[in-house]
Amino acid sequence: MEEIATNKNTGKPLETQEYFINMGPQHPSTHGVLRLLLTLEGEIIHNVEPHLGYIHRSIEKMCEKDSYTQIIHLTDRMDYLSSHMNNEAVSLAVEQGLEVEIPDRVKVIRTIISELTRLSSHQLWWGVFGMDLGAITSFLYGFRDREMIIDIFEETCGARLTMNYNVPGGLMFDIHPNFQKGTKAFVTHFKKKLPEYDQLLTENVIFELRTKGVGVLSKEDAISFGVTGPTGRASGFSNDIRKHNPYSAYTQVDFNEVLREEGDSYARYKVRIQEMWESMSIIEQLIDNIPEGDYKVKTKAVIKLPKGEYYQKVETARGEFGVYIISEGGKSPYRLKFRSPGFSNLSALNRMAKGAKIADLVVIMSTLDLVIPDIDR
Amino acid sequence: MNIYDFKNLTDSIHASLSVNLSPTAVTIIEFIIIASAFMILFTLLGLVLVYAERKIAAFFQLRLGPMRVGKWGIAQTAADAIKLILKEPLVTKNADKFLFNLAPFIIILSTFLALGAMPFAKGLHALDFDIGILYLTAVSSFGVIGILIAGWSSDNKYSLIGAMRSGAQVVSYELSVGLSLLTVVILAGSLQFSEIIASQETGWWIFRGHIPAMIAFIIFMIAGTAETGRGPFDLPEAESELTAGYHTEYSGLKFAFFFLAEFVNMFIIAGIGATVFLGGWMPFHIGNWEGFNKIMDFIPSLFWFFGKVAFLIFLMMWFKWTFPRLRIDQLLRLEWKYLLPINLVNILVMAFIVLMGWHF
Repeated sequence: MEEIATNKNTGKPLETQEYFINMGPQHPSTHGVLRLLLTLEGEIIHNVEPHLGYIHRSIEKMCEKDSYTQIIHLTDRMDYLSSHMNNEAVSLAVEQGLEVEIPDRVKVIRTIISELTRLSSHQLWWGVFGMDLGAITSFLYGFRDREMIIDIFEETCGARLTMNYNVPGGLMFDIHPNFQKGTKAFVTHFKKKLPEYDQLLTENVIFELRTKGVGVLSKEDAISFGVTGPTGRASGFSNDIRKHNPYSAYTQVDFNEVLREEGDSYARYKVRIQEMWESMSIIEQLIDNIPEGDYKVKTKAVIKLPKGEYYQKVETARGEFGVYIISEGGKSPYRLKFRSPGFSNLSALNRMAKGAKIADLVVIMSTLDLVIPDIDR
Repeated sequence: MNIYDFKNLTDSIHASLSVNLSPTAVTIIEFIIIASAFMILFTLLGLVLVYAERKIAAFFQLRLGPMRVGKWGIAQTAADAIKLILKEPLVTKNADKFLFNLAPFIIILSTFLALGAMPFAKGLHALDFDIGILYLTAVSSFGVIGILIAGWSSDNKYSLIGAMRSGAQVVSYELSVGLSLLTVVILAGSLQFSEIIASQETGWWIFRGHIPAMIAFIIFMIAGTAETGRGPFDLPEAESELTAGYHTEYSGLKFAFFFLAEFVNMFIIAGIGATVFLGGWMPFHIGNWEGFNKIMDFIPSLFWFFGKVAFLIFLMMWFKWTFPRLRIDQLLRLEWKYLLPINLVNILVMAFIVLMGWHF
């Protein structure tokens, strides 16, 4: 007969109980000030409750006082790894209201820089993902290649991270004479280095053990939670805005929307790696075909949008980023709402992490590619 | 053959001490000499290994590593050590203070006792028990008690999870370490380190023991890395999950003890591996190639031992800086479903080979 351990004082059988643990706000793998309240039984997760607000800066409220050019500055500080795409979303929304025709040159340059931003974001994600798994070396490999892109940005617009290169009506400056050369050099370099990423992590047995079948998100869940971007596409949810609602120069280029069916961490990993190849192919198609023309159309010094509602969404490195402007005709919006991909993606975390182990939670969080200032605006 | 025998040195020290002193006093003085020698060795190993780890990691990761303190950053670890000593030793409010302070000493004691049984060179061997291997596995395994105590007494859930993981891990992998060593014990016919080394005069066991010895060596390296809690098996610490695992709450010198013990443990595992599988301080000999063997004998035994150990340590660092970390259930599955059964079959095969006299 099985013997049950008893409490010496009461004589009752010993019971196990759930316990709570606060992961964050200061924790190495929440990548920012995210606090997760975990309910655990041993190492097994029963519930994950994200607590937000540690880096809330009320950006949406600030936008109601700012002019439209100033709003663009604020969007840099949300998803700082996709700052160019955020800027582009606001610019496109304002241009919609102004009803200006944007020169082709601007469209192409915006697209190239968007894809470079996506590459740099995915490189950083790859490095950090390896680090979360305990393979610290990948972090430095990722940063090595990201550095080249950041240098291109610095040369183009002076900033490395918070770029603020877009203005309503075009770009702040024309591209640097070295831009094409530098970008081509980067693409040739990175085409050689990307297979190295696979050698270091993808084909590793331990890596496959840690990611395959971990944090499965079904297609139905992905749709109902509004999970977009590479995370949604790994579950088979076709949501690439570059394909479905093309903006800028995405109509001119030929690329594939990377889709996978498994919905586990490995699928999310593979989607991002594949997206890096696609981004490079988009850049290659455009880099030699930048049309001549103006880098900006003339707009009034003080931009006033006509009364109405404007919505523009773009595909950032994390998913669908939307800007919704309600204008009363003034120089700043009456109300401005951002739809950030990180917030919706985080909402699916509990569904994915239930029943997993603590170590899995770190992997799942990392494959969601969270940027906390994007969640907490 | 005996030009580099440390026995000459130790004997002459013993003789010169015995001239004026009583045997008891001689023994006490010798104890003190040996103890101080080990303390110095312990610190030196820590300093050298930390520096080596940082440099090797840096070269794996396309960086230079420490470069500022001294030429090539050589004094970096010394500077770090001074910083750690001067730091405030914090104790958390609800910690069990006695156990909290005791834990680092248990760990360091276990490491120290294990280090004592290392055969460093010919004649340079402090403890040569006839049950050497049994002693070593025994003392090196009670370090886990220190880890468990540290995790329990810190009053921190992260520490506790780290300690529980460590307990499960070390107890499991102990079996594989022991069994893979037994494979060679069958070959050598002794548990005593000096005899195991002596039996490898005509060739190291890893070459003479056919494939089973190779398998045993590979299993030993995997399980040994797991026992030190390094590399892909650093779950007790798992900085991306548990911040720092069982030593989250430790600071200053007590943290330095955990840190140092990890590095010296790595040395011990590499030392056992080198002694049992790669002939310890025994030079590389091939059968009866007299000339070749003579040349090899000219390299001092101390160099042979430390060279082999350095190679194995490099292997362990290589694991650490390339592999991702395993998950706790995968870690235990690896041990109980793969390493242990393979090991048990391997030991039977080895026993059969020895019985039939098929080994070289």
